Amino acid sequence: MALTGVQIFKLLPKTNCKKCGFPTCLAFAMALAQNKVELAKCPDVSEETKKTLGEASAPPIRTFNLGVGDKAVKMGGETVLFRHDKKFFNPCALAVNIKDNSSDDELAQKAAEVAASELNRVGQKLRVDAISIEYASNDSAQYAKAVKLVADKAPDAAIILNCKDAAAADAAVKAIAARKPLLYGATNETAEALANIAKTHDIPLCASAQGLEDLSALTEKLQGLGVNDIVLDSGAKTAKEIIEHNTQIRRSALKKNFKPLGFPVLNCVIRDDSTLEASIASVAIAKYSSIVILSSIEKWKNLAIFTLRQNLYTDPQVPMQVEQKVYSIGEPTPDAPLMITTNFSLTYFIVSGEVENSKVPSRLAVMDCEGLSVLTAWAAGKFTAAKIAQFIKDIGIETQVKHRELIIPGQVAILSGALEDKLEGWKITVGPREANAIPTFLKSKTV
Amino acid sequence: MSYIIPKESYNGKVLSVDFGKGNNALTVGGGNCLPFLSFEGELPHPPVIAYEIQDTVPEDWPDTVKNIYKDVSANPVTWAQYCQNELKAKALALRLVSTHPDRENRSTEDVAKIIKEVLAAIEVPLIILGSNHIEKDASVLVAAAEAASGSNCIIGKAQEGNYKTIVAAALAHNHKLIAMSELDINLAKQLNILITQMGFAKEKLITDPMCSALGYGLEYTYSVMERIRLAGLLQNDATMQPPILGDVGMYVWKVKETVASESDVPEWGTLEERGIAWEALTATGMLIAGTNLLIMRHPKAVKITEQTINELI
Ligand code: SF4
Repeated sequence: MALTGVQIFKLLPKTNCKKCGFPTCLAFAMALAQNKVELAKCPDVSEETKKTLGEASAPPIRTFNLGVGDKAVKMGGETVLFRHDKKFFNPCALAVNIKDNSSDDELAQKAAEVAASELNRVGQKLRVDAISIEYASNDSAQYAKAVKLVADKAPDAAIILNCKDAAAADAAVKAIAARKPLLYGATNETAEALANIAKTHDIPLCASAQGLEDLSALTEKLQGLGVNDIVLDSGAKTAKEIIEHNTQIRRSALKKNFKPLGFPVLNCVIRDDSTLEASIASVAIAKYSSIVILSSIEKWKNLAIFTLRQNLYTDPQVPMQVEQKVYSIGEPTPDAPLMITTNFSLTYFIVSGEVENSKVPSRLAVMDCEGLSVLTAWAAGKFTAAKIAQFIKDIGIETQVKHRELIIPGQVAILSGALEDKLEGWKITVGPREANAIPTFLKSKTV
Repeated sequence: MSYIIPKESYNGKVLSVDFGKGNNALTVGGGNCLPFLSFEGELPHPPVIAYEIQDTVPEDWPDTVKNIYKDVSANPVTWAQYCQNELKAKALALRLVSTHPDRENRSTEDVAKIIKEVLAAIEVPLIILGSNHIEKDASVLVAAAEAASGSNCIIGKAQEGNYKTIVAAALAHNHKLIAMSELDINLAKQLNILITQMGFAKEKLITDPMCSALGYGLEYTYSVMERIRLAGLLQNDATMQPPILGDVGMYVWKVKETVASESDVPEWGTLEERGIAWEALTATGMLIAGTNLLIMRHPKAVKITEQTINELI
């Protein structure tokens, strides 16, 4: 993996000429090891050293795009096995598969479904990212025609050419070369021919093998043929093969710096039952897949899979925040209770869940406290009487509710006096300290 | 270059916990590697799914799941038999929601009667859950443990605010126990320590680090579970080795995605499939993170999750 300062030092000119801005070659080497400077700052470094250090500093999993334009999906670049160790960076692309011998209507319909798949969830736009067109007709003219049709009808989607036949693949790539399709995939037998197409059009190539031993050999062969943007298909079919192969691939890349498997992974999870397919897709998403190929993209299924992907790719170091606003739970009348809390998403989920449990329609005012929980926000001076009073005035709640009673979290009971002073005409009620007491509390208020 | 499979070496092992009696008894846990990675360890007992039943008609469940049980849910005995005999449930989880002071506030005498009737009517193992009212659960679960004496049930949930009496009852009547804390690995650890300090064997514990539904904090539960598993397996932290519970159904079947009709939110698609997928995908997420025992509600979601488990083992 990355070299130590001393290992780098051995490769430098050792003249201490200071041209790099450091007093000694060793100091420069130490800074390099910590990625604080670039090797180019030393003008006297040898070509050989450049090559050695370049390879050592390449990211363990190669990063490149699936598709083109602003909807392209960045793949690879991951640095950890578990999201709590840092985060997962590049959410996996979702693709739907269609056979090229489907009717024109079916092809157009599927492409339109993909084009219209975008949903908004907690501020993020989520969509089916790609279409995989499977070469089933055994007719390369038909394949090129189908690919062109689908690509035209889904202008933002990435295209995956699910085709192992070199002649058909070549014709299809030529039909949509500007879309930079992913060619899926090269086997040991077709490696030369498909590598040639990938190189000519500068498109990524998926290596398809059975098992990781054969897959490593194949990617080395493809690299030898000059292809650098490689996607891995280990032949995994069952959920067990997916979780085991993908785990082994990620560990080899990250812990062993094993270059032949330092690439993004593709999994095909097609099943007869659409819900089962969604469940197996979840296994692949949780365990390191960069492209998941599905057979259908119903709206309910998209929502569930998008949400799972979004959840697992959330940065665990940054508490997720919910939007500052007054949330209606149930269908609150102007007389319904009004509660306030902070915008730490976990706080919001727990409090709103308990309000739902109470079955008492209510309003929950969520105040932006930079994603801190109630006590932390209070301690940090972000959830103070003055700020809450200002928030209540600014958010326009006085037009939504008839009453003037605000329920504050029990943990900040201490604020009630100051808040009554600052919010003229309002009654401040101290709610429960713990969220699970909310249902009892709210019910007692309505009787 | 030949490929060498990178295997992790683990120092610890997940404890195995059995519940139920005779031929239908089940065991969960017992693995010595991360979930489903059997290329580097032994995973003797696949995860188990228990069907949730309640001691009263589940008025607060959305129609998608409430209607499935509409002919049997008026009586916990018929409900239990339906799950066991028709749905082929391998285990049941009876939640005593009617004991909650805001519901029927049912007495401990009633609880004892219900438990005895249900146990007499089924052969599969039973999990007995309170209503999640800290004070009331303390007395309800004591009565339940006594009524179920000798049946080797799992009872819960013992929480920081009420664990003492519940632990004593589980100990006296030889049950397994769920220890629940709220989404924090340190709280989970601390509660397990407090409970074992009372003389309750860690080999009889199940950890519930609190479940969350897909889209509503699933990632927190996911990472807390992964960290618990890693602490138990890699650091051999004995307080982090009990099997993990994922109480999926109760968190899923109230979120908007399982309740809102298609006419209200057309872009979300059909409600029934959406609700089932929500429960199944939440369960799958929990399984991958390390859950050994799931509690679920919808038969189709259970079936999908079982198929997923079968593919994973
Ligand atoms: S410029 Fe290069 S040779 Fe000169 S001191 Fe820096 S590292 Fe050493």
